[in-house]
Amino acid sequence: MNAEPMNVTGEPMTGKGEVLLAVENVSLRFGGVKAISDVSFDIRKGEVRAIIGPNGAGKTSMLNCINGFYHPQEGRITYKGARRDKMKPHRAAAAGIARTFQNVALFKGMSTLDNIMTGRTLKMKRGFFWQALRHGPAMQEEIEHRRVVEDIIDFLQIEHIRKLPVGKLPYGLQKRVELGRALAMEPELLLLDEPMAGMNLEEKEDMCRFILDVNNQFGTTIALIEHDMGVVMDLSDRVVVLEYGRKIADGTPDQVKSDQKVIDAYLGVAH
Amino acid sequence: MSDVAARPAPNLLANGWIKAGLILAGLVVVALVGAQLDGSGTFYKVFIDPFQQMVAAPDLLAQTIWEGLVSGVLYALIALGFVLIFKASGVFNFAQGIMVVFAALTLVGLHEKGVPAWLAVILTLGVMFVLAVTIERVVLRPLVNQPDIILFMATFGITYFLIGFGESLFGGNPKQMIADELYLPKGAIDLQIFGGLVSLQKIDIAAAVIASIMIAALALFFQYTRIGRALRAVADSHKAALSVGISLNQIWVIVWFTAGIVALITGIMWGARSDVSFALEIVALKALPVLILGGFTSIPGAIIGGLIIGIGEKLGEFYWGPLIGGGIESWLAYFIALGFLLFRPQGLFGDKIIERI
Amino acid sequence: MFYREAGQFKSTYAADMAVFPIRQDRIGIAVILLLAFVGVPLIGNDFFTSTVMIPFLVFSLAAIGLNILTGYTGLISLGTAAFMGVGAYAAYKLTTFFPGVNIIVLVLVSGLFSAAIGVLFGLPSLRIKGFYLAVATLAAQFFLQWAFVRVPWLFNYNASGAIEVPQRLFFGIPVTGASASPETRYFVCLVLVVVLTWFASNLVHGKLGRSWMAVRDMDIAAELMGIKLLNAKLLAFAVSSFYAGVAGAMMIFFWYGGGEAADVFNIRLSFNILFMVIIGGLGSLIGSFFGAAFIASLPTILKFGLPALGVPLSGATAEHVTFMLVGALIIVFLIVEPHGLARLWQIGKQKLRTWPFPY
Repeated sequence: MNAEPMNVTGEPMTGKGEVLLAVENVSLRFGGVKAISDVSFDIRKGEVRAIIGPNGAGKTSMLNCINGFYHPQEGRITYKGARRDKMKPHRAAAAGIARTFQNVALFKGMSTLDNIMTGRTLKMKRGFFWQALRHGPAMQEEIEHRRVVEDIIDFLQIEHIRKLPVGKLPYGLQKRVELGRALAMEPELLLLDEPMAGMNLEEKEDMCRFILDVNNQFGTTIALIEHDMGVVMDLSDRVVVLEYGRKIADGTPDQVKSDQKVIDAYLGVAH
Repeated sequence: MSDVAARPAPNLLANGWIKAGLILAGLVVVALVGAQLDGSGTFYKVFIDPFQQMVAAPDLLAQTIWEGLVSGVLYALIALGFVLIFKASGVFNFAQGIMVVFAALTLVGLHEKGVPAWLAVILTLGVMFVLAVTIERVVLRPLVNQPDIILFMATFGITYFLIGFGESLFGGNPKQMIADELYLPKGAIDLQIFGGLVSLQKIDIAAAVIASIMIAALALFFQYTRIGRALRAVADSHKAALSVGISLNQIWVIVWFTAGIVALITGIMWGARSDVSFALEIVALKALPVLILGGFTSIPGAIIGGLIIGIGEKLGEFYWGPLIGGGIESWLAYFIALGFLLFRPQGLFGDKIIERI
Repeated sequence: MFYREAGQFKSTYAADMAVFPIRQDRIGIAVILLLAFVGVPLIGNDFFTSTVMIPFLVFSLAAIGLNILTGYTGLISLGTAAFMGVGAYAAYKLTTFFPGVNIIVLVLVSGLFSAAIGVLFGLPSLRIKGFYLAVATLAAQFFLQWAFVRVPWLFNYNASGAIEVPQRLFFGIPVTGASASPETRYFVCLVLVVVLTWFASNLVHGKLGRSWMAVRDMDIAAELMGIKLLNAKLLAFAVSSFYAGVAGAMMIFFWYGGGEAADVFNIRLSFNILFMVIIGGLGSLIGSFFGAAFIASLPTILKFGLPALGVPLSGATAEHVTFMLVGALIIVFLIVEPHGLARLWQIGKQKLRTWPFPY
């Protein structure tokens, strides 16, 4: 059974052994509707973990549970060895979990620069009164973080839209800014919810490159939801497949690809 | 925690800010109440004495509840106008209160100029229709697709304009409603119950009856006519309604006109009880807590919310008001609504809010 | 031609992050400050200073306060006047208890009281949003307005129910009371407004301002970025009410000089300040000044302007016409430029930048 979470046989890489986040028997209900039932899987340090499944399979709800936006009724979520299935979203952020959203959730009234700077909020320590003065330590801190943000802007090649309000940018660029905002948090675990939805081929290739670079250069662990199978198979180390809130497969891309249940879920099966 | 998973309400006491705030709130309330009460028997006066009074004099209680019911009906009628417009156009129509005054003023003003009463009613309806068309043309159409707050502010503009317009046409002095000419009943029925007298004004009874008839008529209109169906479609989604060929502009005129009719009836009832003046404008703000209770999109909510607020504030004023100097009617309604909001943010009849991202 | 940043290179992040990165803007601000500090007292007469400039400054400060709450954090409030009232009464009580303490210090301290009350009434903002919150702030408006009338302790048990502002000296010069000259009062207001505007500008350009705007634009995402929603919202309420409170105290002490304070801080004032913020431009400090200038001066302009144009108006009619015009102008403004005067200003600057060769 390749539904076992522990039977990974993917190419062993350095640092990809430790479990960073473990989801155990998690169930989530909205009123009478079960969004997730009894799902278990883990995410290991340094890997790219894909969550796939047909629409309405509970993928986004799963991410929402992981970063504390929803609280599951049953099951446990363990992150870096500590149980945290009832954690608040801002705690999750402080613990190093960042994410992007299916429908771009940028701060539309702010510039690209300011959007990415909000990602540094948790790292900025100066109090209210220094901020009111905006001189001395507060200004130094701003400049320090501005440097980090400029590095991210360079990395994502969005220098030209630095000062533009993000609401008016094309969709592909908005997705890129959103990635930048998540990166600014210097996360250990980066959750990407359909980072390539609605993009053309070229934009997808760019985004793939950024994701791989983030994974390689910064060693960031990545969990992503994606519908483009080609992308998933190329990028990810391991894939978990959900259908109707249940896990139906878990393993390397090759294992998952040949799993009969997965094929049935995607192509439909005569009952 | 039952099965409500989505966004469990934040535990209010877990937060230091909230705790500090609540302690501060407690202190302020204690200080305010303490400053007003005699040193002795605070607890008795607040928690026991009022109820003893209620039991001892049930006729007074009944009278108070009746008064509350009547003002509740009027709040509900104003709230109803809000709800109609909010449902159909997503506009938070601040001008509903002033539309009530304006309609009543127009009616009385026309009658003063020598127009027979019933003709004046028809003419006033015509004026309200013209108003609806004008608002749609001049305000709503150019502002379509703007954020809610812009439309909200635009209705402020309408309010100011109507105040100035109404005053320059009819003058700012309070006027007498033409209740007799419209065959509205006068006088009171005195009921011998609970060993005392409860006096019901006939006009109040008429108001309640007319309000019920109107609400029933509106419900039937929405449920069974083509326009009603289109209206409900628009309320659900503007874009989807447009795509099946419903004319938004036409719907808006109809809805604002309907709100205008509701305003006229409210104005007649209100005017018959007191007089027609711009003081009503502030009273009309009471419809807002009613909306909070009932939810912005629910007609039954507006009615029940109106009654709760009306009765709650009369009881509060009569039994507890004197303890802290009286006049608490001016804010009690808001606090009832606010307290309620903390437990049901979506209102009495609103849907449960599930946040998604 | 004259307004162009060509050739002004920024070599440090500090220069790039300045509030006015363009040299011409800095010159403009310097000229405006010079005019305000030197020009107005030299040219303006007492009438102009006390009926135009002081109200303008007071309303600007209140509008900045509300703009922080509504424009930057996205929380609509209809209770600004009540918070101004808290500031006014707090300043009055403080100066009664501590007559020796400098009145300007007390005016600032009274803002803290207003901030505390603001936080209290901001608590529901955790659970309710949008118009629901607007209605909740009406609770503050009506409750506090009631308290101003019904709690005689607040106005020192005066039989008239009014505040009587005592005379207070500042380095030997009377700054409040009947003998304070309009110029003195104007200077005090001006200094307070300039300093507080500078603080506000620093706050909205820094981390806190970004958190506020993040909450405004997409609160859920902000929370997932590690911004604590409650703290950000309550801080916005606190800062906003502080500004409103100081404005209210200024209003009574440096403008009205006392009187019918309970009637001043009514719901209509709350609405007027909201107008200023919206017409000036949500989320723009400079817009707050524009809005205050526009709304505060409109009745005066109409009152004196229309007769000058040959439209004879009696007092009562003038008032009605003013109402109609204000209403109509609000609608026209919203239609022409829903983003307010601040946006018009920006567009104007952009035009000027490319003038006279726009292509």
